[in-house]
Amino acid sequence: MILSLFYHLGRYMSLLRLMISKPERWSMYWKETMRQMNDIGIGSLIIVCLIALFIGAVAAVQFAYQLEGTMVPLYYTGYIVRDMTIIELAPTITCLVLAGKVGSNIAAEIGGMRQKEQIDALEIMGVNTAAYLILPKVIAALVVIPLLVSIAAFVSIIGGYIASVPTGMVTEAEYVLGLRSFFVPYNVFMMFVKAVVFAFLLTTIPAYQGYFVKGGSIELGKASTNAVVFSDILILLSDYIIALLLT
Amino acid sequence: MIRAIDIKKSFGDVEVLKGISSTFEKSKTNLIIGRSGAGKTVFLKILVSLLKPTEGEVWYDDVNVTQLNKRQLIDLRKSIGMLFQGSALFDSMTVEENIRFPLDMFTNMTKKEKQMRIDEQIEVVELGQSHKKYPGEISGGMQKRVGIARSIVLRPRYLFCDEPNSGLDPKTSLVIDKLIQSITRENDMTTIINTHDMNSVMEIGENINFLHLGKLAWVGNKDEVLESDNELLQNFIFASPFLQRLRKRALGK
Repeated sequence: MILSLFYHLGRYMSLLRLMISKPERWSMYWKETMRQMNDIGIGSLIIVCLIALFIGAVAAVQFAYQLEGTMVPLYYTGYIVRDMTIIELAPTITCLVLAGKVGSNIAAEIGGMRQKEQIDALEIMGVNTAAYLILPKVIAALVVIPLLVSIAAFVSIIGGYIASVPTGMVTEAEYVLGLRSFFVPYNVFMMFVKAVVFAFLLTTIPAYQGYFVKGGSIELGKASTNAVVFSDILILLSDYIIALLLT
Repeated sequence: MIRAIDIKKSFGDVEVLKGISSTFEKSKTNLIIGRSGAGKTVFLKILVSLLKPTEGEVWYDDVNVTQLNKRQLIDLRKSIGMLFQGSALFDSMTVEENIRFPLDMFTNMTKKEKQMRIDEQIEVVELGQSHKKYPGEISGGMQKRVGIARSIVLRPRYLFCDEPNSGLDPKTSLVIDKLIQSITRENDMTTIINTHDMNSVMEIGENINFLHLGKLAWVGNKDEVLESDNELLQNFIFASPFLQRLRKRALGK
């Protein structure tokens, strides 16, 4: 078990080292990075917005309910929705969802290329496959996922508004007052740190799983599942570490 | 010319190749044949430098490939073309984009020059009007043609083909064989084909290397196959009683 852990860690690190090398042709990497940005960013926008909307709505309803009959003023609903969203829910939930959507897709895509000998074909041509297949995905994710997380945070706050103001749980003035109270810009920085770390994890771990896949469709399915499971676990572990380090 | 010198390869305790030495000549279609599990694919992967041998050397003309570092190997690979068993075409690219890929990646050609080279390759492999289609939309034979076009678009000095006829009907197989042979001659390449298609052996086998249980059991050309008294070879090539009878009749026995 421990030996296996070190084996995979070592192989993962050496794959990352191979990934960071001078591209054979910048224009090809640029083209691929743009394609990945489109796939990861635009392709995930709707699901991210939908989930963020409901997270904000649920958070608002739950807090409004918990604040009922207490001494805590109701405008705290907006404040709590904002901070929970920025500090935790937007980066973590968004990236857990993306680990499922983008991560499994990366593992299946690279694993499928391995099985169909397309990676061998690239190697024979003289292409550094670790760099060409993985680096554009990582760069695209590092750029696009923080943007998606920002959008998720914004949509989540709107979700909280939609769920609490029209239903009369809190007034618009209270919700907006809450949003504008006790704002700490450092929390936004923390959100971006999380988004960048999670983006790196949710692309490199599935890429590792796909790159070294062996066997047939069952193994590819397992690699895809492992990609999501390990990405999720490591996202949550790193979430905890970042929380310890930055708060 | 490619030379393999005393190639051995083991995976754990299993010795797959037990010391193979062979020479693959320029402008000829060099075949590696043998039963499943004979070590053909491992041998081909070592020749093409996708696998490192446990012992032995591979020479491409005057270059000892087994001693090259990663950077040198990447440079050498630009002079190698390979046709894979399943063609290994990129699914997300059209036929034309597949052929264009090596040009985009490794050359400084202008758009016009690239298009001219692509059109030339499409004509050589007789792809017709399929260049805007995706690999999934064309037949297996057409996919092989695209694979050949992609593998020779950079004008390589060495061409490797892994089971080029697998999944193809005998007629199409012959067309693909003839295509590989004519490309080899016209471009003066060293071509190595890994196959167990007997039609290929008898049609384009100019230098046949027969592997058996990880050893080189016979070397010769297609004309020598019929008269060879190597029992292992005869059992492999004329496997069915019908073919054995045909052989006897051909030899007048």
